Amino acid sequence: MPILSVLIFFPMLAALLVLPLDKDRPERIKAVALAVAVSEFLLSLPLWSSFDKTTHLMQFVERHRWIEPWNVQYALGVDGISVLFVLLTTLLTVLCVLVSWRSVTEKPKEFFVALLFLEGTIVGVFCALDLFLFYIFWEAMLIPMFLIIGVWGGPRRLYATVKFFLYTLVGSLLMLVGIIVLYRAGGNTFDILALAENQYPIRLQLVLFWAFFAAFAVKVPMWPVHTWLPDAHTEAPTAGSVILAGILIKMGAYGFLRFSMPLFPNATRMMMEPMMILSIIGIIYGGLICISQSDIKRLIAYSSVSHMGFVTLGLFSLNTQGVEGGILQMINHGIVTGALFLAIGIVYERTHSRAIADYGGLASVMPVFAGFFMLFTLAAIGLPGTNGFVGEFLVLLGAFSSRSWAAVFAATGLIIGAWYMLWLYQRVFFNPPNPGLQGIAAINGREIVVLVPLAALILVIGFVPNLLLDYMHVSVAHLLARIPQAEPAATGPLHALAALLP
Amino acid sequence: MAEPFVFDVASLALAAPECFLVALGVLLVCAEFLFPGQRLLLPALTMTGILTTLGLVLAGSAGIGFGGMFQVDGLARFFKVVCLVGTVFTVLLSQRNRQVEGMRHGEYYSLLIFAVTGMLVMASAADLIVVYLGLELMSLSIYCLVGLLKHDLRANEAAMKYFIMGAFASAVLLYGISLVYGLAGTTNLAAVSAQIAGRDAASEPLLLAGIGLLLVGLCFKVGAAPFHQWTPDVYEGAPTAITAFMSVAPKAASFAVLARVMLAGFLPIHEVWAVLVAGIALLTMTVGNVIALSQTSIKRMLAYSSIAHVGYALLGVLAGTEEGLSATMNYLFIYAFMNMGAFAVVILLAEKGQRRESLDDYRGLAASNPMLAALMLLFMFSLTGIPPTAGFIGKFSLLMAAVHAGYTGVVVAAVMLSAVSAYFYLRVVRYMYMDAPAGGKDVGLSAGVAVALGLAMVGVIGLGVAPSALVSLASQAGIGFP
Repeated sequence: MPILSVLIFFPMLAALLVLPLDKDRPERIKAVALAVAVSEFLLSLPLWSSFDKTTHLMQFVERHRWIEPWNVQYALGVDGISVLFVLLTTLLTVLCVLVSWRSVTEKPKEFFVALLFLEGTIVGVFCALDLFLFYIFWEAMLIPMFLIIGVWGGPRRLYATVKFFLYTLVGSLLMLVGIIVLYRAGGNTFDILALAENQYPIRLQLVLFWAFFAAFAVKVPMWPVHTWLPDAHTEAPTAGSVILAGILIKMGAYGFLRFSMPLFPNATRMMMEPMMILSIIGIIYGGLICISQSDIKRLIAYSSVSHMGFVTLGLFSLNTQGVEGGILQMINHGIVTGALFLAIGIVYERTHSRAIADYGGLASVMPVFAGFFMLFTLAAIGLPGTNGFVGEFLVLLGAFSSRSWAAVFAATGLIIGAWYMLWLYQRVFFNPPNPGLQGIAAINGREIVVLVPLAALILVIGFVPNLLLDYMHVSVAHLLARIPQAEPAATGPLHALAALLP
Repeated sequence: MAEPFVFDVASLALAAPECFLVALGVLLVCAEFLFPGQRLLLPALTMTGILTTLGLVLAGSAGIGFGGMFQVDGLARFFKVVCLVGTVFTVLLSQRNRQVEGMRHGEYYSLLIFAVTGMLVMASAADLIVVYLGLELMSLSIYCLVGLLKHDLRANEAAMKYFIMGAFASAVLLYGISLVYGLAGTTNLAAVSAQIAGRDAASEPLLLAGIGLLLVGLCFKVGAAPFHQWTPDVYEGAPTAITAFMSVAPKAASFAVLARVMLAGFLPIHEVWAVLVAGIALLTMTVGNVIALSQTSIKRMLAYSSIAHVGYALLGVLAGTEEGLSATMNYLFIYAFMNMGAFAVVILLAEKGQRRESLDDYRGLAASNPMLAALMLLFMFSLTGIPPTAGFIGKFSLLMAAVHAGYTGVVVAAVMLSAVSAYFYLRVVRYMYMDAPAGGKDVGLSAGVAVALGLAMVGVIGLGVAPSALVSLASQAGIGFP
């Protein structure tokens, strides 16, 4: 069975089945959507069980000719780097459907159709082995996301969704030009594996590195192109925020891993320091902004900037600990931030307020929920025993062994993280109870079902990180072997910039 | 020197589609007064005729006729198909549009057919005189079509404007032709190319002036900046079906001429005119995309958008390569589907006495007409160039051709401007999906428009997902690149 194609197209085709359903019977629509999402998750499980961890080669490969005049292939495959993201996508989508059960009241049919289409395109992004195909999925994903934020979002949704769309589009289009240049330079092919076998001149590598950077950095998002993120995450409906924070922004970091690093290894080595510096700015700047936020969702959104800074810091440490830590941290962030957005969604459904000032003493009204939220908070801070600790520790270790100063600066981000998260927890759950919160319902069964898997994952990964790390060892080693370990004669951002000049 | 003019059966066979169309046009004029009561007769006749012509074009063989003045090759055939497809859409759209705008049957279809005849002649023109002949036949017919709503002030203004400016552009073109003739001693494009091949064009101001004037005349016809000024007013004033027609078919025909004149005639001095074309392309994309941002009427917005798309299509001509030419052809074919689709929605929304051409009329359309809104969404994303729609394939082929020809800077500017275009296309989507409805809209779907919408949808999705056949077809332009 061509399992990857099935994973991509099953939700899309199933979404077409949702279309003719009667729009006045939302229960049935939700049930079908849930069934589709669960089936998709079950279908993706063989990726987990029959994945061969001993090879760096692509697995479950499918290859067909597609647009012959341009030599475009329909090529899919996963390796140790991408397989986990496919699983994360299918898992989070199930939770997104569940959490939208009550909160999406308007046009539920269209919502679930968009959500399922989005799922298909995201899986496509992680599986594509052809640059052209990758770009198709990468851009096609914008259409459902644009609608999800714009139709079902918060009060400033129009502004947020247009900003999101334009930011990503500009970045992607620059990458498109890069893809075309690469196509010619690499011998008229879009095949990623074939392209990676060539050595490109260093000037070309640098130019292309920045062209691809434009797309990936916006998506991650790295400072200073992060400003779409707080708006989009804040205004999106809960499911949209979870997908955005959990999966979408991972696509940027994944792009660095899959394209920038193997295709432009020398440029990557030269750009190591500038990338680390941008990451550190993101970590500290994102954290400081969090402290001053008065809106819960916006706070979590900015914390993503900080956390994704750790991810890119790890990736551009260019050593095993750093890259593996970065990938693990991507998964962790998907789980933890996804969980936090889900949790906020659960409260928002009851209070319809996102302002921190409107809360207080929630622990006495929703005690079970407070327990869950505590766990997520601790995981976000990176307390030992949770998954956040493993990822951040590996990243810091990796950063320390390539540039010790980077680890020092990045570590301050952890302190800031503890500050804003614990302070948030204190203001929302402790303090004198806010009278407006009296009488709101405790957490119900469906919501517990949503939160339990994520809570379990946080602890499992925290204690047995090798469960995930095992998948990536071989692939990461293979990737790093491509990147020259010797430092170029003169590095440094200024020198690197000067190399770009004619 | 050019061969003597011959008029033989072989040449006539080459021009079979054109001859057939002339006969059809005359027949339509007669049918109008012979069977005055038959409302459906004329559209049916026209449609059958166009489809027959399409068959003739596809079945016809390649060759050169009339003493080298008339050429049927891959380029000609492809552009003829684009023009005819555009016309098929127009006839489908006309049905409802005329009901709505209260137009008399009249000479509408016959003028349409004569315009198409002109376009087909243009696509095959291998001689500057034939270019002019086809161009005038097309233009004169369209001037009349634009002004057909004679009690509508806007239409009158549009027709008058178009006529005066069009006549002026024709004169400029003719002046350019005469200069080229004076220097090369011939109007045959292949002979012109051979004449100027060895010359140092930069030191011959008259030749430069000749090329420049030709370019100006043709840029007017395709609606490239800074010769685009007529476009918005004419598009707004003309009956919507004709606006749709003008945005596709005459453009394709003019591009056929532009490509043939620049690439078959003046390719030896490509580097001389490339600078000019690059400038025009950049200016056109900028003007089209930036001014479209501030439009409040959907027809004017689509007018500026069509200007911007001319700018993209020029990238292929700019490249001056076989790849570039086929990219332009590709693009115009795809553009026909997505633009016709968008205009079909505009036509459906209009009602008797209510033009509903303001962008505000689209607010909340998704709630009242989910299907129509979904289609418009598809066309808007395709016009933006977002995959997996056909618009992306078209844009991609153009960008690729231009990058390969070494115009990376122009391409970067083009993609940035296409990001600008996302804003105004998405505004339509935003209004439809994210705003409250502005009053109920009853859309009486007519069979013709429904078929047109279906065709456009199939084209936009099909060509986006499986563009292989189109791309290889377009790459067989065969005008003999060195």
